[in-house]
Amino acid sequence: MRLSLEARAKPARIMVWASPLIAAVGSIIGVSILFAVLGRDPLAALNILFVAPLETIDGLAELGLKATPLLLCAIGIAVGCRAEVWNIGAEGQFTIGAICGGGVALAFGGNDSWWLLPVMLLAGIAGGMAWAAIPAFLKTRFNAHEILTTLMLTYVSIQLLGYLVHGPWKDPQGYSFPQTRQFEADALLPMLIEGTRLHIGVVFALASVPLGSILLGRTMLGFQIRTVGAAPAAARYAGFSRNRIVWVCLLLSGGMAGLAGICEVAGPDGQLTPVISPGYGFAAIIVAFLGRLNPIGILFSSALMALLYLGGEGLQVSMQLPIAVTGTIQGMLLFFLLAADVLINYRVRLKPSRAAAGATGHA
Amino acid sequence: MHETEILLAVVVATLRAATPLMIAGFGELIAERSGVLNLGVEGMMLMGASVGFIGTVATGSPILGFVAAMLAGAALALVFGVLTLSLMANQVATGLALTIFGVGFSALVGVGWIGTPLQGIATDIWPGLSKASPMVQQLMLLDPVVWLAILLPFIAQRFIYRTRAGLILRAVGESHDVAHALGYSVLRIRYLAVLFGGAMSGLAGAYLSLAYTPMWSDNMVAGRGWIALALVVFSTWKPLWLAIGSLLFGFVTIAQFQAEALGLDVSPHLLAMLPYLATIVVLVLISRDATRLKLNAPAALGRPFHATA
Repeated sequence: MRLSLEARAKPARIMVWASPLIAAVGSIIGVSILFAVLGRDPLAALNILFVAPLETIDGLAELGLKATPLLLCAIGIAVGCRAEVWNIGAEGQFTIGAICGGGVALAFGGNDSWWLLPVMLLAGIAGGMAWAAIPAFLKTRFNAHEILTTLMLTYVSIQLLGYLVHGPWKDPQGYSFPQTRQFEADALLPMLIEGTRLHIGVVFALASVPLGSILLGRTMLGFQIRTVGAAPAAARYAGFSRNRIVWVCLLLSGGMAGLAGICEVAGPDGQLTPVISPGYGFAAIIVAFLGRLNPIGILFSSALMALLYLGGEGLQVSMQLPIAVTGTIQGMLLFFLLAADVLINYRVRLKPSRAAAGATGHA
Repeated sequence: MHETEILLAVVVATLRAATPLMIAGFGELIAERSGVLNLGVEGMMLMGASVGFIGTVATGSPILGFVAAMLAGAALALVFGVLTLSLMANQVATGLALTIFGVGFSALVGVGWIGTPLQGIATDIWPGLSKASPMVQQLMLLDPVVWLAILLPFIAQRFIYRTRAGLILRAVGESHDVAHALGYSVLRIRYLAVLFGGAMSGLAGAYLSLAYTPMWSDNMVAGRGWIALALVVFSTWKPLWLAIGSLLFGFVTIAQFQAEALGLDVSPHLLAMLPYLATIVVLVLISRDATRLKLNAPAALGRPFHATA
């Protein structure tokens, strides 16, 4: 007997939602093995990873804080992926958004101007959009693949941030640490819950869920985005401009990543440093796929991924495990999801092995 | 410095910087020629870099380190193969997952080895010459892996265009249905090509941590895997062009070195942007001619194969 895959007549809808659960179970098993190999008690480690962060108000606030950039970046990425526009440079657009908004904060902070925060947020969005406009232009004008251009621009943006905080924007009173001065109080996002770090950015992130759903499901533009991705020939026949969709998707996801960036530095950080993100822009790709490229699904997957970040920090503190455990688990989760997704289009069948089939054929 | 000495130093530094791109790019070129697009080069290089470093420090033998790195790269490529070839997962998404996993897992594996000192693998392969001369010191930096990278394009050219195995590889990459109908095992050939690509990525990564730097730090491949991927597109899947592209990039990568030699005071951060910007420029130049790209790309690139008969 051997296992074989048999194409389903049509995709199984139930598997679309069951496969993330299968992936989650698979990952938990994989992670337990990983912990055992690292010489830690798997059950205790799983408890720290998934349960402990949810037991306090502070933990929940931190969860919201970490889910905010993931949610904003992932919804933008997901809209793009629906149209087969692969923006994997959200990390770079995030960085440029933080630089642009942070620049406004450094230049105009401390005057108690009512317009400061709105202008910072708009600068962040505009920065992310401008950074994403480069790959959009190169794709539509020169056919250069956006996977590589968005990614290369991410490395450029990180170097640009490094240049600024080591050079012109360095805090003169910062004991030669590579960082800008602290933003003034009027350039910081208001807190939602006193005593925690949860700021108003989470509201923008939550608002993006219904907005994203409406865009994709209820508008002509969303229909065009989905058609360009699912049936490019049909989209061409219907007269939908692929170039226009490329622009829309990249500007949208770039702007959202830029907003995430400025919210991060005007929220918990309060200054620009060489490293402003633990890889949110890349993790958001996993979040988008885990959430089935669907805004509501992404709401849940971003919470799960935020929990992984939090739990990973917990493991670092209480079990002395390196923070790299988080990235390993994230990658593993995506592997299991991709493997489980095969069940959407195929069913697994037990078939007699080739030799046995041949024998019966002769008989 | 004497002019010939500067020239030699630039040539040697260019060759060394080009070596990982050449090796990883060649592995990916073979995988793509079989019709599989593996975007996980960066992740496989990182695994190779950390495992190769640890293997060398632990055993004291760089050869064992390189072998371990190639096995690590191939192991990651096997995961990719199972997902995309046997389970027909999306190659783009799986490749991204491979890189994300590789970034995390290599950091996890290498966590205790950051800052461990290691002697480079520069070897005395120029016996009889005085080591006191700066020219000879430069030449000694050309270790065996660099020589392999120099020979590789010619071997590859011969393999792809002049051998039966190369012909079968191309056939599978151009039309898996025809190759299947002719009786070739599409999946087996693709698995071999993907595993080879992984091993080469691992080797390229280990070159970075064992010879180029030589040390291990998180994310030390710093986008070279992605540059190698871009170079494969730039080469239009031809080994000799891949070599030219790699050398070009090696030259750009050492811009900092050149700026110092010329006495220019430019921020290292701005100079570090150059290879990435150059990648974009090169990609634009090659991609604008869409027809040429389409004619040269393996026709089945990125398409899953499921034998129905």
